[in-house]
Amino acid sequence: MLVYFIRRLGQAALVLVVMALLVFVGIYAIGNPVDVLISPEADLAEQQATIERLGLDKPLWEQLWLFLVNALGGDLGRSFVHGEPALQLILERLPATLELALVALVIAVTAGVFLGLWAGLKPDSLTGRSIMTGSILGFSLPNFWLGLMLILVFAVSLQWLPAGGRGDTVSLLGIRTSLFTLDGLSHLILPAVTLALYKTSLVIRLARAGTREVALQDYVKFARAKGLSSSRVIYVHVLKNIMIPVVTVIGLELGSMIAFAVVTETVFAWPGIGKLLIDSIVNLDRPVVVAYLMMTVFIFILINFAVDLLYSLLDPRVRLSEAKA
Amino acid sequence: MSAPASDTPGQGLSAAAAAGEPEALHAAPLTARSPLARLARDFCASWPALIGLVVILVIAVVAVFAPWIVPQDPYDLAQLDIMDGTLPPGAESYAFGTYWLGTDVQGRDMLSAIVYGLRISLLVGSVSVACALVVGSAVGLVAAFFGGSVDSVLMRIVDIQLSFPAILVALILLAIFGNGVDKVIVALIIVQWAYYARAVRGSALVERRKEYIDAAVCLGLGTRRVLFRHLLPNCLPPLIVIATVQVAHAIALEATLSFLGVGVPITEPSLGLLISNGFEYMMSGRYWISFFPGVALVVVIVAINLVGDRLRDLLNPRLQR
Amino acid sequence: MARVEVPLLRVEQLQTHFLTQAGVARAVDGVTFEVAPGEVLGLVGESGSGKSVTGFSILGLVDEPGRIVGGRVLFEGENLVAAGEARLRQLRGNRIAMIFQDPMMTLNPVLRIDTQMIEAVRAHRRVDRAEARRRARDALGRVGIPAPEERLSAYPHQFSGGMRQRVAIAIALLNEPRVIIADEPTTALDVTIQAQILYEMQKLCGETGTALIWITHDLAVVSGLADRVCVMYAGRIVESGPVDAVLDRPLHPYTAGLIGSVPSRNRRGARLAQIPGMTPSLFALPSGCAFRARCPNAGEDCAREAPPESVPEVGRTLRCYHPWQAERAS
Repeated sequence: MLVYFIRRLGQAALVLVVMALLVFVGIYAIGNPVDVLISPEADLAEQQATIERLGLDKPLWEQLWLFLVNALGGDLGRSFVHGEPALQLILERLPATLELALVALVIAVTAGVFLGLWAGLKPDSLTGRSIMTGSILGFSLPNFWLGLMLILVFAVSLQWLPAGGRGDTVSLLGIRTSLFTLDGLSHLILPAVTLALYKTSLVIRLARAGTREVALQDYVKFARAKGLSSSRVIYVHVLKNIMIPVVTVIGLELGSMIAFAVVTETVFAWPGIGKLLIDSIVNLDRPVVVAYLMMTVFIFILINFAVDLLYSLLDPRVRLSEAKA
Repeated sequence: MSAPASDTPGQGLSAAAAAGEPEALHAAPLTARSPLARLARDFCASWPALIGLVVILVIAVVAVFAPWIVPQDPYDLAQLDIMDGTLPPGAESYAFGTYWLGTDVQGRDMLSAIVYGLRISLLVGSVSVACALVVGSAVGLVAAFFGGSVDSVLMRIVDIQLSFPAILVALILLAIFGNGVDKVIVALIIVQWAYYARAVRGSALVERRKEYIDAAVCLGLGTRRVLFRHLLPNCLPPLIVIATVQVAHAIALEATLSFLGVGVPITEPSLGLLISNGFEYMMSGRYWISFFPGVALVVVIVAINLVGDRLRDLLNPRLQR
Repeated sequence: MARVEVPLLRVEQLQTHFLTQAGVARAVDGVTFEVAPGEVLGLVGESGSGKSVTGFSILGLVDEPGRIVGGRVLFEGENLVAAGEARLRQLRGNRIAMIFQDPMMTLNPVLRIDTQMIEAVRAHRRVDRAEARRRARDALGRVGIPAPEERLSAYPHQFSGGMRQRVAIAIALLNEPRVIIADEPTTALDVTIQAQILYEMQKLCGETGTALIWITHDLAVVSGLADRVCVMYAGRIVESGPVDAVLDRPLHPYTAGLIGSVPSRNRRGARLAQIPGMTPSLFALPSGCAFRARCPNAGEDCAREAPPESVPEVGRTLRCYHPWQAERAS
């Protein structure tokens, strides 16, 4: 178990370093940020001062080396645009993105498992077929357009919900969250639904396939033969078995949700790291882009660990095999 | 399936029904047609898939012959009349006629703009998928055929690449490359090749263990011949399914990137850019500038997904993605 | 063996068909038998003869596309075919319990043993969790599982096949049912374990007066365990009667064939008899007697109409125009 742990950690560190190299070199090629940052009217001396302040006069390998050394100490550079440490910028906006992604994940799992169970138990019924056709639509609706249409309907036409922004937040354990204010929730609901729809379709498919397979198993029939109510059979015996693939896949999809939040945050002007990334790309704010990627890779690695852990909690057979190993 | 299934015909039967087309299974030995003809017939048995295919064909024809079909060249500024800006759908104009889907702020006919946008979408989707298919298949075949360290290095790269969401990789690539249709295509190829590499390697490994490959090698056929004439054709079915679905993915991804402003340049408005341009007018109720390009996008993607779904059922019931 | 006149469970002309696109499979086609309290009934047949479907039909557990299309199942005088799902649920696992063939598949792999036992108690008895758990522990002890308290918190994969089947039996016994339907419960087990479980089932049912319907393809098991035996072929009971009479003097050629194909010590060196041909497809049963194509005695009359049920001796039934001659068997 320990060996496995150390190996995973080593791999993760390697991925981080390789990503850092690739990104740094790649971003270096983007263009000269000086052109954006310094007004054309500025004289040569002023330009020179800025370049030196940003460390852009040093050769590439030296910039890279400095970056790596600093990164080890938690310093991912200073934003060209904001003048603040890039890591701090990211960390300030991270809670908003995580909140959005987690709420979307909860929506996707709850709705997806429920609908998938239904479609799996009654695959030939009208409802079952409608759910499956609906899931194709869910796969096909582009995230950003769905967001726009939700804004059009709920914010512009009906005027029930705000079109963008984050709304009121309260501080909980030092993290600002909009989950506990009415205004915050009303701002959260549209982006969360937008972000959740694609994953909901994915969960529906997984849950349906799982249900159809599990429903044929002897242990389900045996559970019925014990005289259990059908709700107990479905929500305990079937559900617990289909949650295994759902948790594995959806856990890994949390990473892609954080990535897709880039789109949703842009549409809804949600002040998270995704919007920060787009702004930074447009402004050629190199350190922030690099810091964003480092942070995302780090989060992905964390998620992978968490999924492994959850998986062994759900499936007792996994625990045994690991104990043996 | 467990042993009691043998004693309960219902289980066996429902399992057979779940596997797909019982009629097709029974009918197979009777009709000695080619597998392709049988595939075509089974495909047509599902009407949603058939509708999807027809829609794709119609859109493809319209997109290819766009200049002769639509009333206006949306890129020719001389044809635009700024006085006709943001007219609602169905509005009449003295000079132009009827703007069936309205106009954007520059007085561009939305219908024409959408058709031209579809051209770019289909071009980006099909070209990027075709190139990624070639690159990915080659990598997958090489990995499967040579095995060992070649295999593990290549597959390690594939794993790492696939662990990052496509949108993120494409975003970073385009941040590096800059705007442009060609650059979007390159980014999409880089994003997609790994899917094919993994799929081809998977089915090639299965095929590789079969005896006909050993026989081909024993006959002294060249490596390239064994790879491309013997191994590759047998890996095709899963590839066809992935490629179909990936065209839809690629189109959606291109639209998303263009919407975010890192995709195609403003001079070649694709559907994503049209939607993005209409965003600011949507708040004041002028919905059509964003709405109709989105509908066109959704129709294309749904149609492709319907076809892909059917192909997946027919070609490989156990395929996961 | 105790014989009570009122049958505990009576199955009458039961018909369970599978309505599929490929046609109708008559898995159970007019099956009639009864069981008295404390009696052990052996239901014998090959794979696909409809014996398992008969068992599932009694509890109303036939899966789609199967359906009970005719007949009655009388439990203590109540017709279960007409009973609603709620009533059936009250009876399942409570008055009538079932044990399945493959112990590896019958326990839910992701739930602990105690969860699976406590839910079975609490589905039928208003007791708290502690009491339900105590009952579960007692049941595990009764079926011979060592250290039942510890084993309760284990998961199914931590048990061997034999132990899992004991757990399944313990679950069946939990609510002291009147009837247990055992669907080939020992087929998947080692011979020594099989013997232990047979012995314990016999003892437990004898103690409590529980009737046992033992579905099997193994005549050796039936001969050691059952009081009476029903032989099924292609959805029908072709012969039934007291186990000694049927096994010593089979009347139906199929029964005789089954007995002849059991390897036995006293005929060593002799060529093992076999029944020629295969079980017919349930979708395309031949006209008349379903067994005629494989039957050495078949005549022209067998093709015209299925033989009706006759009573050749007291307590026996038979569906055959040309019964087996005892002298030919020896």
